[in-house]
Amino acid sequence: MAYNLKEEMNKPERFHAGHRLCAGCGAGVVCRAMMRAVDTKDKAVICNATGCLEVSSFQYPYTAWEDSYIHTAFENASATASGVEAAARVMKRRGRIDPDTKFKILAIGGDGGTYDIGFQSLSGALERGHDFTYFCYDNNAYMNTGTQRSSATPRFASATTTPSGAESVGKKQVQKDLTQIVVAHGSPYVAQTTLFGTMKDFHEKAHRAIYTKGPTFVNVLTPCPRGWGYPAEDLIDICKAAVETCIWPLYEVVDGEYRLTYEPKKKLPVEEFMRRQSRFAHCFKSGNEWTIEAAQEYVDRKWEELLSRCS
Amino acid sequence: MSTRERLSGNEAIATAMRQIDPDVFAMFPITPSTEIPQYFAQYVADGKVDTEFICVESEHSSLSACLGAEAAGCRAITATSSAGLSFMNEMLYVAASSRLPVVLAVACRALTGPININHDYSDSMAERDSGFIQLYGENNQEVYDNYLCAHRIAEHPSVRLPLMVCEDGFITSHAIENIEIEDDEAVKRFVGQYRPESYLLKKKHPLAVGPYGISSYYMEARVAQAEAMKAAKQVILEVAEDFEKTFGRRYGLFEAYRMEDAEYATVLMGSSAGTAKAAVDSLRKDGIKAGLIKLRVFRPFPGEELKEALKNCLAVAVLDKSEGFSGCGGPVFSETAGALINLDKKPKLIDIVYGLGGRDFTVKHALDVYERLMKIADTGETGPVYSHMGVRSDGV
Ligand SMILES: Cc1ncc(C[n+]2csc(CCOP(=O)(O)OP(=O)(O)O)c2C)c(N)n1
Ligand code: SF4
Ligand SMILES: [Mg+2]
Repeated sequence: MAYNLKEEMNKPERFHAGHRLCAGCGAGVVCRAMMRAVDTKDKAVICNATGCLEVSSFQYPYTAWEDSYIHTAFENASATASGVEAAARVMKRRGRIDPDTKFKILAIGGDGGTYDIGFQSLSGALERGHDFTYFCYDNNAYMNTGTQRSSATPRFASATTTPSGAESVGKKQVQKDLTQIVVAHGSPYVAQTTLFGTMKDFHEKAHRAIYTKGPTFVNVLTPCPRGWGYPAEDLIDICKAAVETCIWPLYEVVDGEYRLTYEPKKKLPVEEFMRRQSRFAHCFKSGNEWTIEAAQEYVDRKWEELLSRCS
Repeated sequence: MSTRERLSGNEAIATAMRQIDPDVFAMFPITPSTEIPQYFAQYVADGKVDTEFICVESEHSSLSACLGAEAAGCRAITATSSAGLSFMNEMLYVAASSRLPVVLAVACRALTGPININHDYSDSMAERDSGFIQLYGENNQEVYDNYLCAHRIAEHPSVRLPLMVCEDGFITSHAIENIEIEDDEAVKRFVGQYRPESYLLKKKHPLAVGPYGISSYYMEARVAQAEAMKAAKQVILEVAEDFEKTFGRRYGLFEAYRMEDAEYATVLMGSSAGTAKAAVDSLRKDGIKAGLIKLRVFRPFPGEELKEALKNCLAVAVLDKSEGFSGCGGPVFSETAGALINLDKKPKLIDIVYGLGGRDFTVKHALDVYERLMKIADTGETGPVYSHMGVRSDGV
C-alpha cells in the first residue's frame, strides 16, 4: 500500500503528548513514527534503554506509551527484549497468549545505549536471532547526562567531554559506523534513516524492519536542539542537510543486498550541515579551515564506499 | 513416590528445574555453577523440558533477559557464581525493585583478588542488600528442597521478590550424595504455576515496567519493597509447613541444633554446619552445653527468632565465610549483633572469619572455637572480637 501521510496521521496515536522531552526533540518524532509503523491491529512491547527518552516518557505515574513498555537499565535493552521475545514464544506454545494477536517486540535506545554501553547486548541479541527490531535514535552524544561524547559523536563536534579550546578542535575520532557493524551480523534487514519530508522514508523502513522476521535494525539520525545548538524549529532542515551532504546517507540492506533509498541530485558540501550548529562553531574560525576539509574528505570516502556497495 | 538418587548439588538443582519446567532459562557459564545449565541443555536436547533456553553473551544479559521474560508473564530462571553474580549486580537491584520474582541458583564462590574458584560467600554476601531473598543449604538434599520452595516464596502475591538458592561451590555443587528426589508430578503440583495478574503480553491491558521515579514517589516504592521482604518471612514458613506435609522434611528460618539449653553457640551457614555439628556432638558427650545455629534464610534476616534462640547463651561465635572488609567483622556478625542489641542480658559475641577461597574447615577448628567461647564465659574477657581462623601463620 502506497504511503499516505494523511492516513498515517489519522491512526490512533500510540506515543502521546505530555512527555517531558525538550520542545523540538527528535526522539519524540522517532517514537510517534515508530509506533505508526506498527499495524493498528498489532500490539507492541517497547524495551527502552536509559536515556533522555526513558526519563521523559515514563515518569511515574504517567506514561506516554499506549503499548506495553519496559525499562530496566542503560546497557541492556536488547537483552531485555530477548527475554520478552523468548517469553512471547513460550507463552504462545503453552497456550497462554492468544495465537491470533501479534506482539511486535521493539527495542529503542540512544546512541550511548546502542553504539557504546549497550553494544555487547545488541550484538548478542542479533547473533542469537531474536525476532525483534532495534531502533537507535542517534543524537550523537550522551544527552541525558549533558552532551558527553559517544562513539557516535562525529569528528570535530564539541561535546562536554571533548570541548573545543585553544588546543582542541572538538572530538578527535570519527563516528563509529554502527550500521555496517550490524550488517556484518547478517541481520535480514538493516536501514539508516532520519526525520524529514512526509516521513515516508522512515515509515517504510520502520515498517519493513518490524515486519521482517528476525533481528532487524533501524539507525535514525535524531537531532537534539539542545546538544547540537540550533533553533528547535530547524529539526527537519538539519536532517535534510545531513542527507543532502551525504553525512547521513539513506540506505537499506536486505539480506546483505545494499540499496540506496535516496541519492542527492547534487551532493552539498559538509559546511551546509555543520554551519547550522554551534557544536561545530569552532570549525569556522580562521585557522581551523582544515577541519572542514578533513570532514569533507571523510564524508566523500564513506560515500564512495557506500556507492560501491550499492552497485 | 520419591526415589533415592546419587546426585551432585548442581545436578539436584538441575533436576528440580527440569521438574518445574520453567518458561525461560537464560544462561551464561561460570565455575562452579556451569553444570546446572549444562544438565538443563541436555534436558532441552532430549525433549524433557519445553523451556525457552537462551545462551546469552553475559550474566548482565542473562538476568536482563530473565527480567524481560518475567515482566512478559513468564517464570524465568538462571544460575551463576562469583564474578558472574557481581556482573549481575546492577540488575539484581532492578529485579527486586521491579518486583520480578526471578529464581537464581548461586554456587557460591570466592570473588577475585586473587582469582580463586573455590567456596566462600563473598559473592552472595556482597549482594545481601540487593533485595533478593537468600536461602542457603547445608547439603545436596537441602539445596534441592530449597529450590522446590523457591518459586512459591518468590512469586507469592505478598512477596513478589527475586530469590537466590545458594549452595556451597564445589563442596555441595560437585560432591555427590544420596538424596531423596520427589516424583515429577508431585513437584509440579507442589510448586504450581505462575500466573501474574499484569504482564507485558496481556492483550487487553498493556503494562509499563521500570519508570523514572521522582522523589515524591521513590520512597513509597522502596518502603513497599521493604514491607515485601518482611512479609517473606511468614511466607517462607508457610511454604516450609506445606513442604513438610507434602514431602516430610522440615525446614525453618534456621536450624537450631542442640540449642535447648546451650551455653556456647556458633552461628554459621551452609556445609560447614555438618563439620561443626560433629564438634557439638563430641562436646555434648563430655557434658559441655554446646549448640549451633545454621541459618537457612539470610534475607529476610531472622533477627527476632535468632534473638530468642541465642538469648540464654553465655558466649556466641559467628562464623563468617566472607570478609566484609568493614574493619570490624563480617556480614553475618553485624546482622547477629544487631539482632541481640536490645537484649538486657546478652551473650558475649565474637566474629571469626574463616574458610576464604576454599580454605579447609575441620572439626578441630570448630572445637577450638567452642574452647574460646568457654574461656570467654569463664573469664568474662571477650578478647579480640573480630579475628581470622585457619590462616597460614596459625600453622595450618
Ligand atoms: C550503567 C550506567 N552508566 C551510566 C548511566 C548514566 N547515564 C544515563 S543516560 C546516559 C546517557 C544516555 O545517552 P544515549 O544513550 O545517547 O541517550 P540520550 O540521553 O542521548 O537520548 C548516561 C551516561 C546509567 N544510567 N547507567
Ligand atoms: S536534551 Fe536533546 S535528546 Fe534530550 S530531550 Fe532534550 S532535545 Fe531531546
Ligand atoms: Mg544520545
